Amino acid sequence: MSAAVDTRPAAPAPAARVPSPLARRSWKAPITFGVLGLAALVLFGLLPSGGKETTFAIGASGTWFHLTDFTIPSKAGAIVLSLICLALAGYAAWRVRDGHKPGRWVGAVFGVAWVLAFLTWAVAGKSVSIVSLLQSSLVLAVPLAFGAMGGLLGERAGVVNIAIEGQLLTGAFGAALVASVTHSVYAGLIAAPVAGLLIGSLLALFTVKYRVNQIIVGVVLNVLAVGLTSFLYASVLKPNEATLNSPPRLQAVSIPVLANIPVVGPVLFRQTILVYLLYVAVVVLTISLFRTRWGLRVRAVGEHPLAADTVGINVQATRWRNVLLGSMVAGLGGAFFTLGSVGKFAQEMTAGKGYIALAAMILGRWTPIGSLGAALLFGFANALQLVLSVLDVPVPNQLMLMLPYLVTIVAVAGLVGRVRGPAAAGEPYVKE
Amino acid sequence: MKLELRGITKSFGPLVANDHIDLVVEPGQIHALLGENGAGKSTLMNVLFGLYSADEGEILLDDEERTFEGPGDALAAGIGMVHQHFMLVPVFTVAENVMLGHEATKSAGLLDLEAARTRVRELAARFGFELDPDAVVEDLPVGVQQRVEIVKALARDAKVLILDEPTAVLTPQETDELIGIMRQLRDAGTSIVFITHKLREVRAVADVITVIRRGRVVGSASPDAAETELASMMVGRAVSLSLGKAPAQPGDTTFEVRNLTVLDAAGSVVLDDVSFDLARGEILTVAGVQGNGQTELAEALLGLTPPIAGSVRLEGRDLVGLSPREVLDAGVGFVPEDRSVDGLVGDFTVEENLVLDLVHTPAYSRGGALNLGAIRRNAEHRIDEFDIRTQGPAQAAGRLSGGNQQKVVLARELSRPLKLFVASQPTRGVDVGSIEFLHRRIVAERDNGTPVLIVSTELDEVVELADRIAVMYRGRIVGIVPADTPRDVLGLMMAGVPQSEAEQQAAEHPTAGL
Repeated sequence: MSAAVDTRPAAPAPAARVPSPLARRSWKAPITFGVLGLAALVLFGLLPSGGKETTFAIGASGTWFHLTDFTIPSKAGAIVLSLICLALAGYAAWRVRDGHKPGRWVGAVFGVAWVLAFLTWAVAGKSVSIVSLLQSSLVLAVPLAFGAMGGLLGERAGVVNIAIEGQLLTGAFGAALVASVTHSVYAGLIAAPVAGLLIGSLLALFTVKYRVNQIIVGVVLNVLAVGLTSFLYASVLKPNEATLNSPPRLQAVSIPVLANIPVVGPVLFRQTILVYLLYVAVVVLTISLFRTRWGLRVRAVGEHPLAADTVGINVQATRWRNVLLGSMVAGLGGAFFTLGSVGKFAQEMTAGKGYIALAAMILGRWTPIGSLGAALLFGFANALQLVLSVLDVPVPNQLMLMLPYLVTIVAVAGLVGRVRGPAAAGEPYVKE
Repeated sequence: MKLELRGITKSFGPLVANDHIDLVVEPGQIHALLGENGAGKSTLMNVLFGLYSADEGEILLDDEERTFEGPGDALAAGIGMVHQHFMLVPVFTVAENVMLGHEATKSAGLLDLEAARTRVRELAARFGFELDPDAVVEDLPVGVQQRVEIVKALARDAKVLILDEPTAVLTPQETDELIGIMRQLRDAGTSIVFITHKLREVRAVADVITVIRRGRVVGSASPDAAETELASMMVGRAVSLSLGKAPAQPGDTTFEVRNLTVLDAAGSVVLDDVSFDLARGEILTVAGVQGNGQTELAEALLGLTPPIAGSVRLEGRDLVGLSPREVLDAGVGFVPEDRSVDGLVGDFTVEENLVLDLVHTPAYSRGGALNLGAIRRNAEHRIDEFDIRTQGPAQAAGRLSGGNQQKVVLARELSRPLKLFVASQPTRGVDVGSIEFLHRRIVAERDNGTPVLIVSTELDEVVELADRIAVMYRGRIVGIVPADTPRDVLGLMMAGVPQSEAEQQAAEHPTAGL
């Protein structure tokens, strides 16, 4: 080493990834906001609605103090909210013109204002309870959030878990059967992950050990789960509905003190044990993935398996463990359908929720907290559809049934943009 | 620690990659393993590191026999390896990469990142370089990434350090620094195995040289052996290392690139306002460390990526906006940088690959039907002309050796009248013997009066072929300099130093001549 070292230019700074002024600006967000805002103004503000006033109920019994309902004039309210949407579109356009990104809060505020504008119009002349809307959003988000976490556990280690749908379905079936036989919801809650594990172990066997294409195996396992549960339902459960398919249902448990907080209490802390398990799962998984040795190794395996191998991490074992764990988490989510919701098993009752869970995982950028947030978004769309179909709003119910799926597509295609998942997800690890 | 390999044999199917290899590395010694691409150097080291299991033979550390089931065992025994392709997780920070696999934890099993940061700082300070433990690896230049690899190995107290082709991605100055680190480590008692095919470096740094050819040890040499002697040991016959080409006779300037700017998918500028001219009968080589816009330049010229600004004029016609098909038809011969991905269809036969971009012409097809006779005659002619070692025109191209695959690509692109010839990495992964041949063909094309543009990250090749050299750094051309520019100057320019400043610095502080 010569003296040249001293005079050399300092090591180049990390490659600056600043978008250049020449970079094509993305006008996608402002344009979308503008069109939607205009549509809201015309449809919800200017077109006739079912009544003059809209009532939002925010109170619930048993809280410290009772919040009274508030009522707003439908037309004026919808117009004001639509104008807020348009203002946000204008702000986004201004930001983009200056070469910035609009910022994530703009999208969030826009979404809330737009949905409120829609509600103001749709519920005109009637009353809607915001508390119960949020309550059922959370409930409906449960299988999605568990499913998404089951998916991300696999993908963080490099195995794409398309079989979430199958894990939810077998989880639902196992929970119903075992809870019916034992007359215990807790036995059902234990059976659900075990049933999910059945699908998960097949997934791990074929993708990790035999290195079959992960997408194909996942889809085939979903079909297998549908076939298997439908067959067992028709041949075993249906003839014995009373003994084998009438599980006890999960009861809401109020958490002392917390449940008495207005709005927040009834929404978050008067739920079933499954919801509380979800809270625990999100916290534990977040810490484990990002703060522990286990998580660091899992993420290394999912990003660069060969690098993980060269520092002595067993790639195959890590993948096995994670797929199995993920399938148990997803299977537990399946218990929602039978123990938490319907109260009995029905054929193909998951109805594509596993795929929406996959979308929630991507929208949540492969993190437990993000997945929960995305699941809540989809759950809200679902809850909105349920509430509005009961209220007999001036929108055809068939159209409303599309809502959760529509939101999924818009969210994944529009909001996500370019996200980067674990680099090695989907690729079998082959050691020469 | 003393490392000894005895009779290591490893085959992949019928191919014997290592054939009873013996090797002894003494403590505090830099032992160079010299051989061509595919000679079996990397296989041997992967066996030592536990990534492959040997069919036969034994590994001894301090005269004690050891078996490694996986890299974990090798690491535990004190063997560290810096891989040719870095084994770093791109989205992790430096500290996370260094701690991976032997993480220190605090109470409740939480990662102790602070301990890892301290370790990184300590090691970096010991070897006199800067390394930010919290920088994300993918944002670091390759030279720095390599230091991370070295720190990673040292953090586990490696007593034997294997460096697999460590200089392939470095500028000459970075190479110089690496050699400084290697010497420091050696003096501290670390045994170093240095794998390379670059003769210059071996002579500069090695204490002992072992030459490997076709999976066997063919002999050892002392570091003061002449380069030609080492080269003939590597190749197995006498080779001439210098091309000895005649001076260029440049004609009219027929190819002009002006202000060419290209963005990548994320919107970052990867090719920044690039302009140059090229005359008939002249070779312009583009030098630079890998990933500084050379790939994008070649792709933009072919029309694979549309530029957002600038023009590319060939004999007065603007090529911007034309499809690759139209660019090729305009008389451009193009050799892509990765033959196995872009240059050849491996499962197709040699004769099919030789007409891949010509098959639509009347010479080889009529009304959608192939003229098989003409295709076969063409193949026989090219195989003969380019000395392609194949079992015959009907052999699958993917089964040829790297050098012969490259000859197929070059033969195809040079088999029609050209107005411009562009080749990226024309001899990457090609044996020394074939390099000589391919270089001569490229010079012959120049002497035919074709403007030739060569993109290469091998400085030897750049200097060898060039009539003029354009140095690229971060998507820009730092300068265009004559072929006889000193390597020190080129190296500094490859790190982004402007030409005049580079000349001054190089004069004040010459490097070890690498």
